[in-house]
Amino acid sequence: MILIKAFHTLGEYGQLMYRVFSRPERIRMFLKQYLKEIEQLGVNSIGIVLLISFFIGAVITIQIKLNIESPWMPRWTVGYVTREIMLLEFSSSIMCLILAGKVGSNIASEIGTMRVTQQIDALEIMGVNSACYLILPKIAALVSIIPILVTFSIFMGIIGAFATCWTGIMTATNLEYGLQYAFVEYYVWCSFIKSLFFAFIIASVSSFYGYTVKGGSISVGKASTNAVVSSSVLILFADLILTNILYG
Amino acid sequence: MIELNSISKSFEGKEVLTSISAIFENGKTNLIIGQSGSGKTVLMKCIVGLLMPDKGKVLYDGRNFLAMGKKEKKTLRREMGMIFQSAALFDSLTVLENVMFPLDMFSSDTLRGRTRRAKFCLDRVNLSDAQNKYPGEISGGMQKRVAIARAIALNPQYLFCDEPNSGLDPKTSLVIDDLIHSITAEYNMTTIINTHDMNSVMGIGENIIFIYKGTKEWQGCKDDIFTSENRKLNDFIFASDLFKKVKEVEIQNIEG
Repeated sequence: MILIKAFHTLGEYGQLMYRVFSRPERIRMFLKQYLKEIEQLGVNSIGIVLLISFFIGAVITIQIKLNIESPWMPRWTVGYVTREIMLLEFSSSIMCLILAGKVGSNIASEIGTMRVTQQIDALEIMGVNSACYLILPKIAALVSIIPILVTFSIFMGIIGAFATCWTGIMTATNLEYGLQYAFVEYYVWCSFIKSLFFAFIIASVSSFYGYTVKGGSISVGKASTNAVVSSSVLILFADLILTNILYG
Repeated sequence: MIELNSISKSFEGKEVLTSISAIFENGKTNLIIGQSGSGKTVLMKCIVGLLMPDKGKVLYDGRNFLAMGKKEKKTLRREMGMIFQSAALFDSLTVLENVMFPLDMFSSDTLRGRTRRAKFCLDRVNLSDAQNKYPGEISGGMQKRVAIARAIALNPQYLFCDEPNSGLDPKTSLVIDDLIHSITAEYNMTTIINTHDMNSVMGIGENIIFIYKGTKEWQGCKDDIFTSENRKLNDFIFASDLFKKVKEVEIQNIEG
């Protein structure tokens, strides 16, 4: 029964995506919506990304310093491990999990409310492909802004790491050496590639749950929760597969 | 003119509409009336294509809507305007932007031309002063008027209104009814109104279809209602003491 329901949902999702990825009626209107979504989904998320990345960067540094460093370990270990954690997992995967909560619930509740207040029906009656008009700009905006958010996250994490030096637990020189040690540029690209997939998951899955809402405000709330849970689970699965493919 | 031929619709085996046939003429306000749950909204949704009927035909000036391809349907939709029960205005857009939306989407006119047309439509519904407000900042009656302005922006041939007076006070309801009635005559549109507001029935009911438990029970105009012998229609229309008295007076007038 659960399997049938899962396949049914997958089929509905596929049908919706087929409608989403069609040619917009008016490119002018698409660009207008796209810029609006860039601001709403991307620019408005910069604050939380910077804040969380700063503190996580600082905490990772302190934890590594306290738990790993010993006379047997090189001095650059703390900086090296901090950089690798930020670059390989935090700034792409964990940051996207956080965004799934913020952006995903926003998308699902916005589209869900439009559904229950008949705004989507109004678009359909006008002859507008509502799926394409509402969802495509969100997917395009989040996918195009996510590498910038990842970049901000990486830099802010490093700033957070340097901030711990003020507490005197280690020197900035050692940290800087570690951060630069055995740097592989490919890992940055891997981080960007992973984030593009995650951004697509967040925007499309949340839109799907919002678009298929039936009922009233309680259904919108449920859709919002389901969007966050499903996006998060899918991001974790995708992370597993992408990590295997990209680094394997 | 819109023609319905034997429209039937079921949900999970339960028949909601049973072989409904009707003709809605242009230039007239056509009303679909009936109790809550009688199938009015389902019928309206079948007519506008938000639901697919199981059987039957919906003919828009002879063109079978249900047999049309995607492209033809899209073209036909541009000839339709709809006013929803909740007005269904876009929250993130101002009143003027809401009215301009269908023009921005489908008109090849310049921005100046589109703005002029939207302002004209707002002026037509006496809402020129509210053009920069958001839907959340205006009253329910004003929202319905904005919805009317948006619906007529593209000069539609067919206008659909799903309970346009729902949630409005009697005076505002009259304003909305008059507006829909005059616009229908002015643009010679085929207007279908879904309502259970008796004031609308008595005021603008030029062609009325009474739906009872998914079947067409009666058809006529507002004047026919007083002389109708249909018990189900009488039970529905003259449910309140006020309307019973109105009927008595009207019958006395007819006989006198």
